[in-house]
Formats: sequence, structure tokens, C-alpha cells
Amino acid sequence: MMISRRSFLIAALALPLTLPTIEQSRAADRVPVVATFSILADFVTVVGGERVAVRSLVGPNGDAHVYSPTPADAKALAQAKVVFVNGLGFEGWLDRLVKASGTKAPIVVATKGIDPLTMEEDGHGHAHSHAKDGDKTVTDPHAWQSVVNAKAYVANIRDGLTAADPAGATVYAANAEAYLKELDALEADVRAAIAKVPADQRRVITSHDAFGYFSDAYAIEFLAPQGVSTESEATAKQVAGLIRQIRKEKIKAVFVETVSDPRLVERIAKETGVKVGGSIYSDALSASNGPAGTYIAMIRQNVALLTAAMAGS
Amino acid sequence: MTLFDLLIGPFAEFEFMRRALIGSLALSIGAAPVGVFLMLRRMSLTGDAMAHAILPGAAIGYLLAGLSLTAMTIGGLLAGLLVAVGAGVVARATSLKEDATLAAFYLISLALGVVIVSAHGSNVDLMRVLFGSVLALDDQALPLIAGISTVTLFVLALILRPLVLECVDPSFIRSVGRAGGVAHLAFMGLVVMNLVAGFHALGTLLAVGMMMLPAAAARLWTNDMTMLFVIATVIGAVSSVAGLLISYHLGYATGPTIILVAGLIYVVSVVFGRAGGLVRDVTPGRHLEA
Repeated sequence: MMISRRSFLIAALALPLTLPTIEQSRAADRVPVVATFSILADFVTVVGGERVAVRSLVGPNGDAHVYSPTPADAKALAQAKVVFVNGLGFEGWLDRLVKASGTKAPIVVATKGIDPLTMEEDGHGHAHSHAKDGDKTVTDPHAWQSVVNAKAYVANIRDGLTAADPAGATVYAANAEAYLKELDALEADVRAAIAKVPADQRRVITSHDAFGYFSDAYAIEFLAPQGVSTESEATAKQVAGLIRQIRKEKIKAVFVETVSDPRLVERIAKETGVKVGGSIYSDALSASNGPAGTYIAMIRQNVALLTAAMAGS
Repeated sequence: MTLFDLLIGPFAEFEFMRRALIGSLALSIGAAPVGVFLMLRRMSLTGDAMAHAILPGAAIGYLLAGLSLTAMTIGGLLAGLLVAVGAGVVARATSLKEDATLAAFYLISLALGVVIVSAHGSNVDLMRVLFGSVLALDDQALPLIAGISTVTLFVLALILRPLVLECVDPSFIRSVGRAGGVAHLAFMGLVVMNLVAGFHALGTLLAVGMMMLPAAAARLWTNDMTMLFVIATVIGAVSSVAGLLISYHLGYATGPTIILVAGLIYVVSVVFGRAGGLVRDVTPGRHLEA
């Protein structure tokens, strides 16, 4: 027991220490760049290409809502030439980390210029609306779930990289342009796939409200037993309301998110006789060899699972 | 809204409410008597310490086997028992008292748990995974909680005499043999088991609330040992039902609501309790009886 625990501990401790050193030694001559979570890091990697070494603070399958930073993160921030954040209140822990690291790097908010959605903090997740004053609403930070917004991310990242490393301006512009074309193709595919599902069947349940932008862009209704973030706890009232709604509206698809606790969603699925449609990716990519190793792969994976389950196949 | 809609309807309509009800009732049947003994032996804070001690075991169980109830339960039990036994052995072998060794052991265990959770920090919110939700009791968690409650009652019945004796006269039980030590270890095992059951239902810290609040409230109503168990269990059960219903009708987070109801009963008992409350009859109550 003690031996296995100790060796496990050493391995667990060593893991986060080795990762950055490998990256750093490999990328001594590249521009050090920090992104706060895996999806953002994927965008930066694509746009920066060979010129940058990207470090993602929250790794694959991680939940950035509740991340607690490590000293290695502060060190990475201090060494970075530019830091990319999602903004919209997504990385609540970031401000203190930036201060603590004493970094001089400019902080680029990747959601700059995006029209933010708000959502009811205690609602069932279908009450997404464009930002306006109202009580009990918070800004929905999961803007990357709409491919149109992803294009804005890419543009912001391109500008941020160019400002930090003007010598690479042409490379960044070319990479961004090629990627934007890929995103356009992705957007067309997503729309085509969803158009095949009858409009009245476009309803699914997930374990946290991460799909406001996806829902808004592609007219799929998402219902969730938790509030806007993984930090809040479900109440019996919400769960009961959700179960009633599933029964009444004959919703077919329930999904588990990779960053959330699946037990509650599974309970709801059992109780309503709905099938669990698989794991969809909301706030984090999978490991690079997984089904959602990049942003494009993630969106394709989500759309494939969603459309299959909604169509009832 | 009729009385039926208010009190029965939620349980009639939803299976998750029935499961939550059974789970929390089973928890109060097992945890409340354990809490009574903890209180009588002046170990009320031990439950809190042990709850922290469980964390690294459950975390290691999760990291090794994923979201497996078995692995997390075994890990939690092992870590809790290791801390309980370790603290007891060191207390008997050295000049340190048990409270000091327990503090030392649980702090080491807690720190270990936090290191493990943080090393894992870039993944899913481990705290959320480790702390179950009373609304999501599955086919594994429910029998586990019920089973632990059953075992608790049987073991308590077996070791009742030495436990009670140790509560009222610790020097006597020490003078007549080793039964006290065995009973103590068995009892600490029960504490750990009930905390493990509690963290599947409510989360670790709230599990301690389910253990201690009914016991403390019951003590303010009676000086009789048997009644103490009955009242504590009833308070636990009432808190469970009321907490679930309040959470259902008003939309408050379920686990904390159950504990808040128990807390409210405790506050009322502090003020009005007949056996030592603030506002009480001037005539003294009877002595504590076994």
C-alpha cells in the first residue's frame, strides 16, 4: 500500500513538471506563448505554426471553471511573450495568477468583438439570449462552441501573435487564412448535418450549460440540470423540472460532458428511459490521440453524436 | 397545492426523489447513533477529522480505477482506517494523547489528498467527483449506503456494552481487560464506514453534519441513553425528508439543505431543549443512564 502510494505520488508529481521542460527544451528558439485552456491552445497552435511554442494551462479533458493553478503555470506566464485568454468570465482564477507571475506579456482576450450571450443562472439552460441588462443572468463564456465565433478567436489570435512577434506577421496571416477557410467548410458541414434533423427534434440534455452559443447558432435546444458552470450544485427542483420536460416533450437524447460528473445525467436518463448518446466535448479537447484532439475534430465529433441521437437512430 | 402535492407528490412522481429519500434515511439510521457515541465520548470533532482523512484514499481510488464506486469506497475505507488505527496506536505507544495524534494523522492524510487532487488538477473537478450527489444515487451507491447502515447497527449492538462503559467510566473498562481497545477500534471503523457512505450521498463535510447535528440536538432533549439514539435518528430522518422537500419546492441545493434543516433543529433545541436548553424547567433532569 505504502509503496504503491509513494510511487504513484512521485509519478503524479513528476508529470506536470516534466511536460513543460520537454516543451521548453524542444522549443528554445520559438516564441513562448500561453493559452489558458486546450481549445484556445489548439487555435494558437494552428495560427502560430512552427514559430510558437504553446503551453495550455488547463490540459485536455480539464475543467477550466474550477482549475487551481500551479507554480509551473506562473512560471510559464512569466516567460510568455503573449498570453491568450477566453475572457467573458471563463477563467476566474487567471487575474490573481497573472499578478502573482509578474508577467509583462500582453493579455489577449480571444473573444474580443464577439457578441456575448447571457444565460439564466438558475434556469434550465434554454433561456439563452443576447446580452442585455437583467437580474440573475451571467455572461456565457463558452463562445467557441459556435464556429462563427471560432473565426473571431482566430482573427484575434492572429493579431495578438503579430503584435508580439512582428517578424512572423506573414506566417501568421497565411496560417490564419488557411484555417479560416477550414472553419468555413466546417460551418457548412455542421449546418448541413443539423438541417437533416427535423426542427422539432432538435433538443438534447447535457450535464452543464456549455452549449449556449452552439444552440444559438444552429437552433438546437440544450437543457441542463446544472446552472451555467460546473461550480453550482443541482437542486431537486431543477432535476424534477427537467425530467418532467423530457417526458412531456419526448426528448430523445441525453449527453454526458467530458468535464462533468456523469452520475446525475445517467440518473435522469434511467428515470426517463432516454438513452445516453455518448460523451460530447464542451470545455476541453480530448488527448491528441482521442476523438476530439483538435477544435475541428471536436465540433465534428459533437455534431455527429448529436445529430445521430436527435434523429433517434 | 394540496398536502399530497406538498409532501407525497414529489416522491410518488420521481424515482430520483425516492432514491434520495431512502439513501438519506438509511444514512440517518446508521450515522446518528454513531454520532451520539462520538458526542458522548467527547469526540465530536473526530468525525470532521476523519472526513478529511478519507479524501486521499478516495482520490487514489478514483485515479487508479476511474469513477468506480468500489475503488473509491475501498480507498476511502483504507485511508480512514489507516488514520484511525495509526492515531490510536501512536497515542497508546507514546506520550501523545489521542486528539494530538489524530490531528497529526488526519492533517498528513489531508495534505496528501490535496497534493494528489492538485497533481490531477488539469483534469475534471475531482472534488465534484469524490463528493456524490444525493440526487444521483445509482444502483451501486444505494445498496452500499443501506448495507453500511445495517452493519453499523449490528456492530453497535455487539459492542454497545464496552462502548457505553467507556463513555461513562473509561478507567473501569481499562481495568477489566482489552475489550475497550477492541471496541474502540471497531467503533472508529464504523465512523469511517458511515463517513464513506455519507460522501457518496452528500459529500464528505455534509456527511459529518448528518452524523453530529442530530446527536447534539438530541442531547438537549433527553438524559436517557436509549432515547438519545431514538431522538437522534428521528431528527436525522426528519431533516432528510424536510431537506429534500424544501430543495424540491424552493430549488435549493439538496445536500446542504438537508444539513441546514438539521442545523435549524439543533438551534431550536439549544433554545427550547428540555434537558439543558437555554429556556428550560428549573428542575434538574435525571442522571444519564445506560
